Amino acid sequence: MNENFNYKMKLTDEQAAILHGAKGETMAKVMKTLVLYGDAFDAEKMVPVTSEKGHLVTSFGLKVMKPVHDLMDTLIEGGAISAQKFSVDPKPLDPKVPSDFLKNFVFNKFMYSVQDKYDAQLEKLGLIDKNSYTCTCYMDEVGNKPNKGDVLSWAESSAVVYANSVLGAKCNRNSGIIELFGSIVGCVPYFGLLTDEGRKATWIVEVKTTKKPEAQILGSAIGMKVMEDVPYVKGLDKWLGTELDGDTCAYLKDFGAATASNGAVGLYHIENLTPEAVEQGEGIVAEGAKVYVIDDAELARVKNNYPVMWKDKNAKPKLCFVGCPHLSYNQLIEWTDKVADGLKKNGLSKVSVDTVFTAAPGVIEKFEKTPYAAKLKATGVVLSYICPLMYMNNPLAKSMPVITNSNKLRTYTTSRYYTSDEILSIITKEVK
Amino acid sequence: MKQFKGRPVVAGKCTAPALVSHGGFNTLASFQGALQFGDLPIIGKKYQHTECDDQNNKDLYQKPMQDKALCLPQTIGSTTGGMILYCAKALGKCPSCLLFSEHIDSLAAAGAVLGAVWADSPMPVVDCLGQEFLDYVKDGMKITIDEDGTVTVE
Repeated sequence: MNENFNYKMKLTDEQAAILHGAKGETMAKVMKTLVLYGDAFDAEKMVPVTSEKGHLVTSFGLKVMKPVHDLMDTLIEGGAISAQKFSVDPKPLDPKVPSDFLKNFVFNKFMYSVQDKYDAQLEKLGLIDKNSYTCTCYMDEVGNKPNKGDVLSWAESSAVVYANSVLGAKCNRNSGIIELFGSIVGCVPYFGLLTDEGRKATWIVEVKTTKKPEAQILGSAIGMKVMEDVPYVKGLDKWLGTELDGDTCAYLKDFGAATASNGAVGLYHIENLTPEAVEQGEGIVAEGAKVYVIDDAELARVKNNYPVMWKDKNAKPKLCFVGCPHLSYNQLIEWTDKVADGLKKNGLSKVSVDTVFTAAPGVIEKFEKTPYAAKLKATGVVLSYICPLMYMNNPLAKSMPVITNSNKLRTYTTSRYYTSDEILSIITKEVK
Repeated sequence: MKQFKGRPVVAGKCTAPALVSHGGFNTLASFQGALQFGDLPIIGKKYQHTECDDQNNKDLYQKPMQDKALCLPQTIGSTTGGMILYCAKALGKCPSCLLFSEHIDSLAAAGAVLGAVWADSPMPVVDCLGQEFLDYVKDGMKITIDEDGTVTVE
């Protein structure tokens, strides 16, 4: 099996044996895929996956993804099961989220009609448990938090960039399926962000704003500029401080998601803040790095260039999503207080736009045990575990004026971006 | 006519009209509508073909991508990208080939390799064609690629 397959990478005897069929035809194809993937980047070898758990990007049982579901069946039948347990991105549906008859029909009978089947496949392949559906698996409440230096086989752009940048783990921007293959064979090709050279910054970003920049716009600006390169961001510690506390990590979560979705950033360094920037300082900047200066005007330019995809640009918003990526526990508390205070100030008892906050099941569970849960419920905001992107990924949602403070959601859907302060103002005032 | 020499990531031959993206190609944003609703006549004309759905891509937005020689610098965005390309390939809704001016990125490479190993017929992919290639090629030009990564544009 694969006897005549020419490859450049140097494999261990065990890896070569798998490639040649020692563990069956399916495992041989899995290994061949990883070898070809590595060869595309001149990877010299495979390295072991050292994290305790994996993370997959594909959580949705979309009927149209039949080729993926068939491939999953092939893996299961061929005994190619993940060697490590894994979490997975959020589910696409939650009955609590505002919907209507037509949407429910399309969601349940057409789009996500094989969700149950796909969930069962994930369980067989190594899903941690039924609460492991979130894009923020690294939250303490979820428990899939890699250690510094761990080699990962993860996908989900926002999780990969967070794990690399904030936690100091090592992971390439793997695609869906590839990340599962790495977890199955327990090794990944050694290239890119796994190497010291690949983790060096090739851009210096100088933040010269007069106030703390909106995380989602700053990340968007940097992502669009540097694409898949590694930026070293100077001047942001002035606004974030030098400690990776809860608020700062939440900021970096949202910032990173925007760099990864508006561009293809898999790793960033923040001067005096993120682990490798603290350890190595400007020593982590590659020779000849390009420079990008960001001031108030540049952020305004970037924001003003976002296309508004609503048919009626002046339509009243009908739905609001906050929590892409999923909100942290602290963010949920903060939003709850702000919404309640805003409503009180404006003489309202409920939000004026149907609003959904999204967070990981584990975060929701913790939140529900606090008095804040009742406080949030009283405002009319719905708290859900879904993926807003998957909810909006259909033509019915396209005709709906949805607002969000997520640059990732804006990028992939027709939702309209507003800053967090603007969102707060819209949903806590009478909509005219 | 002009020839460019690139690196065959997935070797193959093909001839197709060019479709050019000068900015990063967001695979999920581009394919999501076309893949999900490409066969749904009730949805309306917009979704009856493999049109690019990425509102941020001024070069490609609402242009059909199927059976084109997609010329691009690299792909960007969600890490579902490679899987989406694999699905597009397996469902017969993909471009004829992918031609990258830069080194292929990890998501596109995954899609190319998954197609080569797990789909019935691989989609030719060539990278490292250089910025000159992307500056020269225009929508509709005839593209012919050879197994050694030679790309002829006319």
